[in-house]
Amino acid sequence: MHVTVNGEGLDLEKATSLQQLLAHLNIGEGRIAVELNGEIVAKSQISRQALVEGDKIEIVQAIGGG
Amino acid sequence: MKDVTDRPLVIAGTTYSSRLIIGSGKYQNFQENLAALEMSGAEIITVAIRRVNLGQNSDEPSLLEVISAEKYTILPNTAGCYSADDAVRTCRMARELLDGRKLVKLEVLGDQKTLYPNVTETLAAAEALVKDDFDVMVYTSDDPLIAKRLEEIGCVAVMPLGAPIGSGLGIRNPTNIRLILDNATVPIIVDAGVGTASDASIAMELGCDGVLMNTAIAEASKPVLMASAMKKAVESGREAYLAGRMPRRLYASASSPIDGTFF
Repeated sequence: MHVTVNGEGLDLEKATSLQQLLAHLNIGEGRIAVELNGEIVAKSQISRQALVEGDKIEIVQAIGGG
Repeated sequence: MKDVTDRPLVIAGTTYSSRLIIGSGKYQNFQENLAALEMSGAEIITVAIRRVNLGQNSDEPSLLEVISAEKYTILPNTAGCYSADDAVRTCRMARELLDGRKLVKLEVLGDQKTLYPNVTETLAAAEALVKDDFDVMVYTSDDPLIAKRLEEIGCVAVMPLGAPIGSGLGIRNPTNIRLILDNATVPIIVDAGVGTASDASIAMELGCDGVLMNTAIAEASKPVLMASAMKKAVESGREAYLAGRMPRRLYASASSPIDGTFF
């Protein structure tokens, strides 16, 4: 299954949930926000969110800025 | 000379005792940023929203693990956005990231060289964000009509530039800042342009409700010392504003009495 994460293509061996993807990428679920195909995925929904072929995922965090 | 009474800085219902807001960009490391923050006395700190680096070490602390969202008001910005849509999308991500906190700093830029605000996109984004229940602190030009329009849209603070972002050129158009202040019913906070302590004092002496700065502290040779200077500059500028300065005169006015001389 092919998805795009933060602009980078990623081939996953099998069907994966969003939570599994984050774990695979070694990203903690603390201070992040996730967008799936342009829509925010609420933190409470991450564990339930399935991914499908072609999904576009954005994962953001807070960094230094003015 | 008009008599000015002090009123606390209230943004979206929260009262702040410090009138200085600082940024978190351009510091050597999080520890230096935190030390400057503590020294400055600021209660609000801006952050940017960016993609997580894939393959980053999750053991490395993130900014919000060093600067606590429980202790400080984290003000996510829309820096880097050149359209209303991107700015609104960034704010929605920020709100999710910060557990529903809805205070944001809206900035929609128009030009990479000057980082001057694109006011038409800023107005569109402000309308969309207010409708979506955000508390919007908005970076804008020093145009008094646009500042008033942003207030009418429902922004909780209007933040005109003193000079371009990161330029350190100071308050280049105090006359316009005064015009904005004269018509405002929401806090007016100078955002961008401050280079050194006297610039912050000038903004506060004009009657601004606060000053937001990043580079002036972060790019100082000794950021923590500059944070201390900025704290004092904002406080002394505020006190001078409240005290009501003497009138300017073209000619001298003797401080010692003319009567009673013996020569």
